[in-house]
Amino acid sequence: MQTRLHVNGTTHHLDIDPRTTLLDALRDHLRLTGSKKGCDHGQCGACTVLLNGRRINACLALACMHDHDEIITIEGLGGPDDLSPLQAAFVAHDGYQCGYCTPGQICSATAMLEEMADGWPSHVTDDLTGATKPDATEISERMSGNLCRCSAYPNIVDAILAVAAERTRA
Amino acid sequence: MKPFDYVRALGPGDATAAAGREGAAFIAGGTNLLDLMKLGVMTPSTLVDITHLHLDRVETTEDAGLRIGALVTNSDLANHAAVRRDYAVLSRALLAGASGQLRNKATTGGNLLQRTRCPYFYDTAMACNKRDPGSGCRAIGGVTRLHAILGASAHCIATHPSDMAVAMLALGAGVEVEGADGKRRVVALDDFYRLPGEWPDIETVLEPGDLITAVLLPPPPQGRQIYRKVRDRASYAFALASVAAVIRVDSGRIASAALAFGGIAPRPWRDGDAEAALIGEVPSREVFERAADILLADAQGQGGNEFKIDLTRRLLVSVLTEATEERT
Repeated sequence: MQTRLHVNGTTHHLDIDPRTTLLDALRDHLRLTGSKKGCDHGQCGACTVLLNGRRINACLALACMHDHDEIITIEGLGGPDDLSPLQAAFVAHDGYQCGYCTPGQICSATAMLEEMADGWPSHVTDDLTGATKPDATEISERMSGNLCRCSAYPNIVDAILAVAAERTRA
Repeated sequence: MKPFDYVRALGPGDATAAAGREGAAFIAGGTNLLDLMKLGVMTPSTLVDITHLHLDRVETTEDAGLRIGALVTNSDLANHAAVRRDYAVLSRALLAGASGQLRNKATTGGNLLQRTRCPYFYDTAMACNKRDPGSGCRAIGGVTRLHAILGASAHCIATHPSDMAVAMLALGAGVEVEGADGKRRVVALDDFYRLPGEWPDIETVLEPGDLITAVLLPPPPQGRQIYRKVRDRASYAFALASVAAVIRVDSGRIASAALAFGGIAPRPWRDGDAEAALIGEVPSREVFERAADILLADAQGQGGNEFKIDLTRRLLVSVLTEATEERT
């Protein structure tokens, strides 16, 4: 079927099977292979992309259902010459080992920091109606949808905390 | 994934008409359905996309309750100011479920209708009366850590996995349904789910073509609201057992008590007799244990889940203790 996708500011017209997931459309049809296929069942978070600014698992979305949405992938957040603050922080804090989960971690963290800025509480937030403060417990809870089988978690949390602190200062 | 026809519904009439087709299924967030379709556990021949139906608003009702559109995402509901302030047990239950990514996509209606995470249901090589009626149940006598201690049958011991529905049950929610004839009706959430009995494949009272349009909450309850979930990981895991409690203490006695349980039964579980045993009593461990005795009188372990009987008892006593503590 004919569908279109708005990805990283560009509109693409695709002729795809309705079964095509957003992840497969990005990787196999648009050659945006930054988004990774880990479990393909919404459990690992390696495929995390931003849909209208919100993080989702691209493996559990049908491309044809998202022809009106704005999609941002890791490629849209920054490149080698213009790293996003989180991309730079993951490099600085060594927030990975094999790197396979990293694009999903960074996309997820990008949206997660916006969620915190918007005052969304989490499971570990004491006061549902009070302010949220970024600390290691909050970051770990909010990032639990992104697995790292190398277990680089301490450095991932440090990288995210560093960017959260920069944002608070700004 | 088996091939399907994709139909986009632009009005509720479209949706219910298309859903009348043999083998049709609604899709909204898709977080559970697409997972099951990839595995061949569900094989709809038509997918009716209902995400364009404008059922995504949370509104105050005339009686000062809340009307939650079926397409409101779990994130939006958990973070809604009125829910955080007046229905904290619901916010807490939602935030205890899934991951940030899944909550952004999963919807209110879809959460109610999500399928069990019984591994034998998921594995198409295994006999499962829910997936393939009449084929048997390999969970019985198998690995049963996640399985039911209440409400199971000789044909199915699977649990309902929702956290959200447990909180909604304690809050006395209703489910607004639009039938294939276009008429809307409200079903109490307590009457919405069916026990497995002989036919575990039939999980709710919905008829073919029925579309959930909203969940209705009564006005905010008085008293304390607590959601407590016990699971194998600190985050992003299904409940081994959970409790949603809405408890009001007045002049040192329990004036009202609504308790719902997750992870222990084929549906979000509520026991009016256990609640009644608390009313009018001065809070004490003895009173809480008596309520637990009533709740668990018919509890039956299935081997690997025997521990859940004690776990649920301790969980209930702990939550009731917290809910009735004098606040300093």
